[in-house]
Amino acid sequence: MTKKPNRVIEVDAVVVKFAGDSGDGMQLSGSQFSDTTAFAGNDLATFPDYPSEIRAPQGTIAGVSGFQLHIGHKEIDTPGDLADVLVALNPAALKANMKWVKPGATIIIDIDNFDNKSYKKAGFIEDPIGDGTLDGYNVVKAPITQLSKTTVKDLGIDPKSAERTKNQFALGILYWLFNKDLKYGNEFIDKKFGGKKPLLAEANKRVLLAGYNYAETVEALRTTYQINPIKNRSGKFRNITGNTATAWGLVAAAERAGLDLFLGSYPITPASEILQELSGMKQFGVKTFQAEDEIAGINSAIGASFAGDFAVTSTSGPGLALKGEAIGLAVITELPLVIVNVQRGGPATGLPTKPEQADLMQALYGRNGESPCVVIAASTPANCFRYAYMAGKIALEHMTPVILLTDGYLANGSELWNIPDISKMPSIEPPLVKDNSDYEPYRRNPETLARYWALPGQAGLRHRVGGLEKEDITGVVSHNPANHEKMVYLREEKVQRVANVIPDLKVSGKDHGELLVVGWGGTYGALISAVKDLQEKGKDVSLAQFNYIKPLPKNTAEVFSRFKKIIVCEINMGQFANYLRMCHPEFRYEQYNKIQGLPFMIAELKEKFNQMLEEN
Amino acid sequence: MAVNVKSKVPTTKEDFKSDQVVKWCAGCGDFAILSAIQSALVESGVRKEDAVFVSGIGCSSRFPYYMNTYGFHGLHGRGAAIASGIKVANPKLDVWHITGDGDSMAIGGNHFIHLVRRNIDMNVIIFNNKIYGLTKGQYSPTTPRGSITKTSPDGTIENPFKPGELTMGSQGTFFARVVDTEPKRMKEVFLEASRHRGTSVVEVLQNCVIFNNRIHSAITGKDVRDDHQIHLEHGKPMIFGKQKDKGLVLRNSRLEVVTIGENGITEKDLLVHDVHNPDDTTHYMLVRMTLPEYPVATGVIRSCEQFATYEAELEAQIANARHKSSMKSLQDLIEKNAFTVGE
Repeated sequence: MTKKPNRVIEVDAVVVKFAGDSGDGMQLSGSQFSDTTAFAGNDLATFPDYPSEIRAPQGTIAGVSGFQLHIGHKEIDTPGDLADVLVALNPAALKANMKWVKPGATIIIDIDNFDNKSYKKAGFIEDPIGDGTLDGYNVVKAPITQLSKTTVKDLGIDPKSAERTKNQFALGILYWLFNKDLKYGNEFIDKKFGGKKPLLAEANKRVLLAGYNYAETVEALRTTYQINPIKNRSGKFRNITGNTATAWGLVAAAERAGLDLFLGSYPITPASEILQELSGMKQFGVKTFQAEDEIAGINSAIGASFAGDFAVTSTSGPGLALKGEAIGLAVITELPLVIVNVQRGGPATGLPTKPEQADLMQALYGRNGESPCVVIAASTPANCFRYAYMAGKIALEHMTPVILLTDGYLANGSELWNIPDISKMPSIEPPLVKDNSDYEPYRRNPETLARYWALPGQAGLRHRVGGLEKEDITGVVSHNPANHEKMVYLREEKVQRVANVIPDLKVSGKDHGELLVVGWGGTYGALISAVKDLQEKGKDVSLAQFNYIKPLPKNTAEVFSRFKKIIVCEINMGQFANYLRMCHPEFRYEQYNKIQGLPFMIAELKEKFNQMLEEN
Repeated sequence: MAVNVKSKVPTTKEDFKSDQVVKWCAGCGDFAILSAIQSALVESGVRKEDAVFVSGIGCSSRFPYYMNTYGFHGLHGRGAAIASGIKVANPKLDVWHITGDGDSMAIGGNHFIHLVRRNIDMNVIIFNNKIYGLTKGQYSPTTPRGSITKTSPDGTIENPFKPGELTMGSQGTFFARVVDTEPKRMKEVFLEASRHRGTSVVEVLQNCVIFNNRIHSAITGKDVRDDHQIHLEHGKPMIFGKQKDKGLVLRNSRLEVVTIGENGITEKDLLVHDVHNPDDTTHYMLVRMTLPEYPVATGVIRSCEQFATYEAELEAQIANARHKSSMKSLQDLIEKNAFTVGE
């Protein structure tokens, strides 16, 4: 282990992809290696790529589960376009990922799984090892399964468990290849198997070491890579996924508002982890109500909001459609409510495990009647925490439903999170009424237009709310034409006034010039990477990424006016571009759209931006 | 429903009346129900600020506006879900869910069965007039098969639900049936429902004077009610009839109507009503009884607190998690497994 390799090359960043059968422990391997690189001080971003079937047939393309990890010495904004290193535990994993590796990449395969039967099952016509498919790559053909089994032979564990240690063998090779300390790997294994399964922990640790030692002896791995710790960074960090960050941001908001958190929700991919995470947070007074359907999820949350909890419902696109009527109820009753929508490919069931940004119009307008909500979007896995918190703050202080948009890419992806001091986050002060016999349910704060929140159980504040139009101030049911129009405008104006408290739109790069790239939400990583690359090459391009969508930041038009060209990039047919055309018709918006259930690639963005810069 | 805080000043029925003009049709059965619930609340001793009336959509669902308590007039069918959220958020509140046969059995059917299954402590009052009133006369899921309505000009070809059957099928812990023509009994049953810990379902056979007038008259009519209704009381033999000479016995695993004094039958042979029996087999048979073979059962048919309520279980889990956890705030959690860079 102490023997030095022949050559160590320092690199800024590297993309590693693990791929195998779902059930081979690819997600676990990814998490283990992510934690190790994080402890080593690298920046990172990850993205799991798994089928919607739980265990599709073994050895088939449909059953391939992957995990991509981008680690760097510099700031990392995306899980990376193409892999420098691919670990493929079977022919199907190789076949599915060949198009996502860089030319000349290192490909580590488990040669034990490359028999005639397996490569045919994966859809190769000839044996990919012999037919030239892998020419030009640095291929490491390791007998991973066999060596893993041999390593644990004397431990007396069952054959199935013995074989399942093979992911650690592959990891061991990577620890060698990237000069990572096995200590972190061993700690991860201990934590995973803990005191409960000491024998399995021992087996996995032994195989990890065996993989490491194996790599040391292999000619193809004489060159190893060093990714130095990121500089100019200090503080407390941890790796976090978007869904966990969302759940925690909601709890933080409840804590700072001094309220209990109530989540009414129904499981749906890729949002279920929010419900799962919160259901295990009862020590903070969190109540989760797994409802019979999406509709009951949101209606129970509206009830909880009426009774004084910080109420949330979480879902994905199809669920948002089912919740539409109830969002309208929260709009007209003017109760605080956060609706988290983890977007996925649509319509209908669509692409449950793939990201898309096509629910924007649904969030803005997908309801009967004039039914304005605040709409905000997180843009990185870690900042889901901040935007979940801000969604809570706005809902509670402005007495309005807030839709928080994330997507499958943010939800399951992870990155390093600089842990905040929650006590220093902006305070949350809901307009709660203490006993007051003059209370009228639709009297408003003159500044925000928020009505006041009177909780049941208090004398003197008895009132009734509901889905029928109410008279201004008194809250009595009213069909008066002028009153209805007044209330419609009041509800819209209340939402618009949220613009007074949200930050201005920021521009990454020069604040004026040739080309402004506009994005919103989860495309930030790819857009900023592409824009930064071009800026480094001296190109006149800047990025404005929107997190606040309704209302738009107040300086939006001003920012737009300082650029010659604007291109709006989205994972949909152009919903945000159309929204901007409506809100700010004075500008011309070019579009760049991709709707393949895949995130943007940095390369394709750069090509498009270059093309726009070269025109005229 | 357990009462939380007794008021110091005795509350009167007037205290529970809101200042809103009641806008039901003249002669509607809803008036009597409103009055009976207000009377029951006075007797239960609940403070009016602790009571919350929640409804969906329909004629019955205007109810919260007429109560001087907290109220929530929700969406069609969703009252049960809204009420669930209210009770779970604040278990100290006395929650009443007012609904109709369309609201609870059709558009809100799913929420109804799951509410009962969870056994959240609230009172569900179903105004069953077997017709859609607010939308003006279409058939409902409780409309008798073959009925001619605006949307079934040739007669309905669907079997009706019985709210009691759905309640039993959902492992309900309380079910009662009353008729809107008997205010005193209604009040008594509402009071029983309010005292039960768990989801208490009360079906009120309510008359829609406009679209389904006299739909229950074969059960409620003065001349027939004694023979066509059996009013069940816990611990008492199942006797009915004008002459108090009819009763129910169990024969070959099914209920049978017998006449006391005929074929050697005496009062001792009759079934004795046991509302608390955890085994709901008999309760199920009782809710299914229909004319003309049987009298229709009224009164409290089942009241059995064999399960803890949902919100009590949840509060216990929260208390346990708080007790066991060493973490005082979220900050402790997010810093777990964190590492420090650059210091």
